[in-house]
Amino acid sequence: MARIIVVTSGKGGVGKTTTSAAIAMGLAKKGHKTAVIDFDVGLRNLDLILGCERRVVYDFINVINGEASLNQALIRDKNCNLLYILPASQTRDKDALTQEGVGKVLDELSKDFEYIVCDSPAGIEKGANLALYFADDAFVVTNPEISSVRDSDRMLGILSSKSRRAERNEEPIKEYLLLTRYDPDRVKLGEMLSLEDVQEILSLDLLGIIPESKSVLSASNAGMPVILDEKSEAGQAYADVVARYLGEKLPHRFIDSKQGFLRRLFGGRK
Amino acid sequence: MSLLDYFRSSKPKTAPLAKERLQILVAHERKFRNQPSYLPQLQKELLDVIRKYVNVDQDAISVNFEQDDNQETLELNIVLPDYQQTNKPINS
Repeated sequence: MARIIVVTSGKGGVGKTTTSAAIAMGLAKKGHKTAVIDFDVGLRNLDLILGCERRVVYDFINVINGEASLNQALIRDKNCNLLYILPASQTRDKDALTQEGVGKVLDELSKDFEYIVCDSPAGIEKGANLALYFADDAFVVTNPEISSVRDSDRMLGILSSKSRRAERNEEPIKEYLLLTRYDPDRVKLGEMLSLEDVQEILSLDLLGIIPESKSVLSASNAGMPVILDEKSEAGQAYADVVARYLGEKLPHRFIDSKQGFLRRLFGGRK
Repeated sequence: MSLLDYFRSSKPKTAPLAKERLQILVAHERKFRNQPSYLPQLQKELLDVIRKYVNVDQDAISVNFEQDDNQETLELNIVLPDYQQTNKPINS
């Protein structure tokens, strides 16, 4: 049986697809056979972030409708042969996703994969609801920003009431926080909500802090998940996230601002 | 205080404001999260019935829904107009 992870947030643009690509790659790199599914029907982007957009032939909806087999639709990643991508349909209507269809595909994937990462679309409509419905674990991607935290809180409500686990009265979905686009310098200046501020409201298990990093854009430009950029802070932060998820005890990094040359010169703060 | 701090201190800190606004908002929204969707309609209809007999304000009725592990409680609170006040002309 595969473990099903949903990467969700409610709000758009906080880093769900970046995170999905990074952690799916991270899990595969650690030797776990992983599938990552794009649930954003009509606005697929995961294929771009993973750099396989030109290899898409069949998609998730084709599989649901029986127009293609799972093996025909799954794209093997070019960097890691344990990672497979199931792209969303770009042309179909969102209504093409059905609970029964999604359930079937996940069941079939479960036989062969260790982890299934579901990249949720923004919002709280059908695609988002189905992405989380079958989940075992939820990575709640949040920016240290007021609307993102509010939407995350809303998602937590939905995770605890509208999932299969909730409906069956099973053990609830395990919820983790991923604080992305964190800028310790701005936190220090009192311009940005701190990790403690966010945790005071959401109080979730923290999987990691992903610092605001230019390498995220560079990675998406190149179609390489940022976790493969081992020199970048964001890449390292995602590697930590994967390791923590798999049970390693690692201290959290990227919480405090770096002591830059200028700041040291001017006396700096501690 | 370093030289850099001196230049920085002119900017007001907005993060505490964000946190305070969030805390209020989230607490409010959580209260309504698990409520059944029929509550507003129920409240409206109850108000209509009560108004047949007593003239009460829109906000004189409050419907609270609470959920514990094993039970759900629907609490209904109606504030009737003050008898003394409404009948003041008689007393004076």
